[in-house]
Amino acid sequence: MEDFVVDGNALAGALQQRMGRDVTGERGTCGHCGRASVIAELAVYPKAPSPVARCPHCGDVVMVVTEIRGTVTVNLDQFAM
Amino acid sequence: MARTALPGRLTWQVTRVVEVTRETSSAKTILLDAPEWAGHRAGQHVDVRLTAEDGYQAQRSYSIASAPEDDHLALTVEEIDDGEVSPYLTEELRAGDDLELRGPIGGWFVWEGTEVGPLLLFAGGSGVVPLRAMLRHRAATSNRTPARLVYSARSLDDVIYRDELERVAHGAEIRLALTRSWPEGWTGHRGRVDDALLDDVTWPPSEAPAIYICGPTGFVEAISREMVARGHDPGRVRTERFGPTTG
Amino acid sequence: MSPISRGFHGRRRGTVDPSRVPPGQYLTTDFPVLSAGPTPRTDLDEWSFTIDGAVDSSRSWSWSQLAALPAEEITKDIHCVTKWSKLDTQWRGVSVDVLFEDVTTRAGYVTAWSDGGYTTNLPIADVRDGKAWVAYEYDGRPLSPEHGGPARLLVPHLYFWKSAKWVRGLTLTVMDEPGFWEGYGYNNYGDPWREQRYQGD
Repeated sequence: MEDFVVDGNALAGALQQRMGRDVTGERGTCGHCGRASVIAELAVYPKAPSPVARCPHCGDVVMVVTEIRGTVTVNLDQFAM
Repeated sequence: MARTALPGRLTWQVTRVVEVTRETSSAKTILLDAPEWAGHRAGQHVDVRLTAEDGYQAQRSYSIASAPEDDHLALTVEEIDDGEVSPYLTEELRAGDDLELRGPIGGWFVWEGTEVGPLLLFAGGSGVVPLRAMLRHRAATSNRTPARLVYSARSLDDVIYRDELERVAHGAEIRLALTRSWPEGWTGHRGRVDDALLDDVTWPPSEAPAIYICGPTGFVEAISREMVARGHDPGRVRTERFGPTTG
Repeated sequence: MSPISRGFHGRRRGTVDPSRVPPGQYLTTDFPVLSAGPTPRTDLDEWSFTIDGAVDSSRSWSWSQLAALPAEEITKDIHCVTKWSKLDTQWRGVSVDVLFEDVTTRAGYVTAWSDGGYTTNLPIADVRDGKAWVAYEYDGRPLSPEHGGPARLLVPHLYFWKSAKWVRGLTLTVMDEPGFWEGYGYNNYGDPWREQRYQGD
């Protein structure tokens, strides 16, 4: 069974809600491996309690988008934009 | 309809279904009246939200199938087995119904026709939807950029927009790759997109084509790797992954 | 206010028995696959399960050693924080009580850790006294990779994110150390009957 993985385009709506602009074309640096990626190219696992974005180079988690009691929180600790 | 899409925070808006038409045995196109719609760019998508009587909500993203110049906002939805939202949109939704959505969303997987270089599009299954919006936009603006769509589908019956692509083609070259079955005498490509087909359709890196690839994740990654291996600048390759191969 | 989508019901069907189905949950007959990352694939001859951390001495079992331990058939209801519940799921595995038999500790907490980097934390009392297993069969067949195989932790009295897939060990800790989802705002304990989905619930 293939993994259900998509890309950063799937987070575009939630990110725009939180950040007030489209960020899919913006680059960031992975806090684990130091390599840069465009947000649209992040490996996104949408079938999780909250969607998880991983660096397409090293596979480590760089972003988690939660919606808790109506508040959307983008955890970007490991992705420097 | 072709006003500039304003960036900034998205708001939910209520649209009205004008018409639902069948594209294939599993896909339908939904035409919408969207009075609050501020316009969009080809390649963008919307988030659709459904609300049940007890307040339960479900939300999914769908690529916009229409060009910014088209009369109505259009979405094409493929029904997923066991899906929660797509079976409702393809089997229940009808003209006169309300449909709540927000958008347009996404600024990276877009083509506006102002870029130089030929346009090379790769569609896997329902990945053809945003690419069809790009071709319609190209035709509506009389853009003369050479364009080619390589569209991989299981069979002719699974080809979305088949009439449109076969007859009108919006001045672009359409190459169908049928992976599971094809009619007798089929002169198009048989089987998955392979090196021979890529050799035939891919402009050389010196021409710097703008390359867009959309469809199941496995399809997108394979074609994307091939484009880079053939010397294309990764910055000229834009991708949108829809999830695992559906079969 | 959102307009009602005529004829839309979502996946929920019919009424649920509140003595079996915790608040806010709906019943499912399939078994959804949720994951925060790619499915790990570990060779059984490289696999081991370890109990370490705040213990007198750590213990480790290879796959064949684990398989040789006394095992149980387990039938339990499971509840996911994403609101689906599945009743009478059938598993086979080793009780954590068996794994703890020779373990001496004063630690109050465990962190379950997995291939792929996932972690989740629990009070030690929640993995003892018949409440937790290392499960390697589901529905009479070897546990498939997408559901956490070769082995996962099974702690059915809590939301299923505590039942760590691809589990490789339990590290005993003196301080409670939030795991993956706990660190992103999910509840530290996760009792479905008190609907403890998020921090502050």
